[in-house]
Amino acid sequence: MAVKLKDLITKERAMRQGHRMCPGCGAPTVVQQALLAIEQPVVITAATGCLEVSTTIYPYNSWSVPFLHTAFENAGANVSGIEAAYVALKKRGKIKKDIKFIAFGGDGGTYDIGLQSLSGAAERGHDFTYICYNNQGYMNTGAQRSSATPKGASASTSPAGTVIPGKIQKPKDLTAIMAAHHIPYVAQTTIFNPMELIEKIKRAVETPGPAFVNVLAPCVLFWRLEPSMQREICKLAVETRFWPIYEVIDGEWKLGYKPKKFAPVEEFLKPQGRFKHLMKGETGKKIIEDLQKDIEEEWNYVLKLCGETWEPQS
Amino acid sequence: MPRKDITSGNWAVAEAMRQINPDVVAAYPITPSTDIPMRFSEFVADGLVDTNLVTVESEHSAISACVAASVSGARVMTASSANGVALMHEIFPIAASYRAPIVFGLVNRSLGAPINIHCDHGDSMAERDSGWIHIYCEDGQEVYDTTIMAVRIAEQKDVLLPIFVCQDGFITSHCFEPIEFMDDDVVRKFIGERDPLFPLLDVDNPVAYGSLVLTDYYFEIKRQQVEAMKHVEKAYLDVAAEFAKITGRNYPLVDKYRTEDADYIMVIMSSAAGASKETVDRLREKGHKVGCLRIRLFRPFPAKVIVDALKGAKAIAVCDRAASLGAPAPLFTEIKGALYDAGIHIPANTYVYGLGGRDFFPHNAEEAFMDLINKKMSPEERYLGLRE
Repeated sequence: MAVKLKDLITKERAMRQGHRMCPGCGAPTVVQQALLAIEQPVVITAATGCLEVSTTIYPYNSWSVPFLHTAFENAGANVSGIEAAYVALKKRGKIKKDIKFIAFGGDGGTYDIGLQSLSGAAERGHDFTYICYNNQGYMNTGAQRSSATPKGASASTSPAGTVIPGKIQKPKDLTAIMAAHHIPYVAQTTIFNPMELIEKIKRAVETPGPAFVNVLAPCVLFWRLEPSMQREICKLAVETRFWPIYEVIDGEWKLGYKPKKFAPVEEFLKPQGRFKHLMKGETGKKIIEDLQKDIEEEWNYVLKLCGETWEPQS
Repeated sequence: MPRKDITSGNWAVAEAMRQINPDVVAAYPITPSTDIPMRFSEFVADGLVDTNLVTVESEHSAISACVAASVSGARVMTASSANGVALMHEIFPIAASYRAPIVFGLVNRSLGAPINIHCDHGDSMAERDSGWIHIYCEDGQEVYDTTIMAVRIAEQKDVLLPIFVCQDGFITSHCFEPIEFMDDDVVRKFIGERDPLFPLLDVDNPVAYGSLVLTDYYFEIKRQQVEAMKHVEKAYLDVAAEFAKITGRNYPLVDKYRTEDADYIMVIMSSAAGASKETVDRLREKGHKVGCLRIRLFRPFPAKVIVDALKGAKAIAVCDRAASLGAPAPLFTEIKGALYDAGIHIPANTYVYGLGGRDFFPHNAEEAFMDLINKKMSPEERYLGLRE
């Protein structure tokens, strides 16, 4: 069923105003868009991170739906426990309603410290949706590098120095790792088109069994980006193919967006202070070349799995 | 009719779990507690329970799933030992702070390194400040009975705290002994249904667990946990009295063995109390007025009943199956503190025994008693059964 934006505008928000996320932060945009189209009651759990600390500063609470946080590395285990309780209590007639379960984690809590518990939850087949708001670093603790931080980015534990030009490793491909769990629904997207995200999350939530959605969401503070550029930078990530958009539904890979023209990676890098050091000197030039090469490899890999070809207009 | 069977401490826990039929069990294997989830899995596979068994990928996830399920409103149980307990450490204070009444079969095993699978109390003693109730059991019967009582104690509304039911790894967990089991319907009537406060799954009355609580409220919330702990002794005694009426088996906070007129008392926990009591009988035959005080409830620490039991003694020997490296052993520290607060100065020796599963024999207990009788007193830590 197609979702209409005008039907969603009047819907009560699961996460209300008054939270203390930074202006321009991608995470609340992900949450608002993700939860807008879900018709069933939801229970939310979140890994430790910006979203969790900024929405639940006691005695205030932005959530109008049930919310659980316990620790950093266990959102997958928490959502497993909630769902297990739900299944048990429903079977015993103590709960009547149909409830959906959503876990949020940043990339630190998902790619790194929480990968094991997410993998376990996916393997066990609980009915949940895990949404990674991926801002490519440990932003809550001050922009340390994670395994999602792109090559060449300056992060506080991989700073651009006079000898080492920022992070030297490529990020891991978490979306493909989750797809390799052969769960019913996996998607990779960003907040470049609200209806696109809304519909993907709706599909993820309505799919029985585990679903994983990896959403690139800028941290304007540590990407050193103009707060007003949230949507624009995501659009550039897609147009430069830095962040391919796709779904894996029951093992079928489906490309979600094909840019019309070739756009070099610099267009994505330039507005961001974290890549500023790459814009001068031979080392920077070499890293940009590497980034472009990595994009082509990754894009061809995704195209192949999706059974697609790409012929950009010149 | 209650039935008797020859079974192990681990299987006794599993049998209690079968009768309790909890909503959720999330568990991960580790020696020597593995038998508990393994046996329970058979009950699930054979349809003897309809528990939702979550076979997680680590102890950390086991306890995380338990906390999530418990705050969701489910009755939750699990089990672990040693390194598994240590891996769960991060989540234990969270369980206590969220007032999640999880019942936990803790099968005591020494912490590595060196890696060792046998019993000491280093694993649970490392959790003594995590906000859980700790009960230490002497034998399989007590493990079974305590597991059932624990459900009621943990879920009592003015307590609502998670609870460790500790038994000695291999010594109790794997020893087959006769255990009397209650009827299923008697157990189910005794434990009743869980009536959760503020369950996460009540979507019409949404609550948040796990808020960020900073300098302005954290202290007050921890203070509430202190208050909850103060209600445990009464809850324990009420539940134990009701249990005794049904089964005839009495479980006071501490087990006093021939301490009433004793001049010399050994304070000890769990299975080693057997060797201690045996030694008390033999020394009594020789005319020595000795006794054994076994601590069952360790958290909260029942200082008053302990002081009452010890105050008439001329000297005491406190035996710890755990060391607090660089400081006095944990039970000894607590006992000294309790006596000090009561204004009672009794000469006390401190002994560490049984680390890494080293056997504790009657002759080890006798050595400690003879130190007291021969007035060989000193504040220095001594070791029973150690080659030096």
